[in-house]
Amino acid sequence: MAKVEITVNGKATSANVEDRTLLVDYLRETRNLTGTHVGCDTSQCGACVVHVDGKAVKSCTMLAAQASGSDVKTIEGVAGNGALHPMQEAFHQNHGLQCGFCTPGMIMAGIDMVNRLGPKLDEATIRAELEGNICRCTGYHNIVKSIAAGAKEMGKGMKKAAQ
Amino acid sequence: MYETNYHRAKDAADAAKKLRSSDDGMYLSGGMTLLPTMKQRLAAPSDLVDLTHIKDMNKISVTRKDVVIGATATHAEVASHAKLMKVCPSLCALASHIGDPHVRNRGTIGGSIANNDPAADYPSAMMALGATIITNKRKMKAEKFFTGMFDTALAEDEFVKAVSFTAPKRGAYSKFPNPASRYAMAGVYVADHGKGDVRVGVTGASQNGVYRAKDMEKALSKSFDAAALEGCNVDEGDMLSDIHGSSAYRANLVKVMAKRAVEAAAS
Repeated sequence: MAKVEITVNGKATSANVEDRTLLVDYLRETRNLTGTHVGCDTSQCGACVVHVDGKAVKSCTMLAAQASGSDVKTIEGVAGNGALHPMQEAFHQNHGLQCGFCTPGMIMAGIDMVNRLGPKLDEATIRAELEGNICRCTGYHNIVKSIAAGAKEMGKGMKKAAQ
Repeated sequence: MYETNYHRAKDAADAAKKLRSSDDGMYLSGGMTLLPTMKQRLAAPSDLVDLTHIKDMNKISVTRKDVVIGATATHAEVASHAKLMKVCPSLCALASHIGDPHVRNRGTIGGSIANNDPAADYPSAMMALGATIITNKRKMKAEKFFTGMFDTALAEDEFVKAVSFTAPKRGAYSKFPNPASRYAMAGVYVADHGKGDVRVGVTGASQNGVYRAKDMEKALSKSFDAAALEGCNVDEGDMLSDIHGSSAYRANLVKVMAKRAVEAAAS
């Protein structure tokens, strides 16, 4: 067994888990944070994307033990003060989902995109950056629109924060 | 995934010690290949020795044209390293097209070359750049390191610590990604080191894994121009043949990718 200590959405957590426990299973089963999904389980679909120390990773392809000592943010941790995160709000406003299964990963990937590349994202960039996130419903059009809109809103927030 | 025991190595000596004291252990870096393989139960190491917490093993240093990249540098770190971009932009470009953004945040250059997947991108670069592979035991040239598909010269308890090379005068990598998996069906890295020293590394296509295309090198050393490759023949017999493409298709693809790489490097 491995003792893991992971800060999840700002809260210190610890547990003894089997060494082979995947981070996504730790989040879903030990912490009951079921917003992070398992889609393909073969590192392709991106439904399990979370941020580990600020970087988007596929939590189905990382052991909980590897993440011990790290700061993990999941979809449950992005909203604050009773309001949706701008990226969540953008998916809502732009109908960026149908069944919603891929959405947590899409939103975590979208936020990561803005963190890395800034709030001005053109369509080609968003589509290329979505390489690791698969949606089987929407055909991506509204997801791309949502991320562009969410990025813009995040940009306004960054500007305000800077002032 | 079968049961396994996870260990975190403090330093290089600790890593080797932990591996030697395991039944059937393996080194773990980013885990982007090893963990999916374990999940499919195609690999079942008794122990995993995590190398990614070894201090400074992810450092990238660029001194004039001399480059050293630590083994646990992620693809994202290689792709976005400002100094590396100045001296060897073709390697940054290669790293920026491996997998997807989330994979690039975890996958490492050391893990990629130690695995030597026949469709991995980095091995072709190591060949073309004339890289030296630095392990916890020795240094060797890339040609000695890569010994065939999924095979390297690494001993049981040996791991890659860093790679080093001198940046070429110009270079480019061109790959034809499989439309579904995005792995290279053929990827060619061309590097012009000056004074007629041109090297060509080919990945994705050959049955024997990554190789140097010596006849292309000879042709390009006389004239660094895509047209110089016209007379080169890629031996169909050495090429992979599977549902994604026949050996003839792949042989042609190697030549097309080589031409594109030369054009990109020359422009």
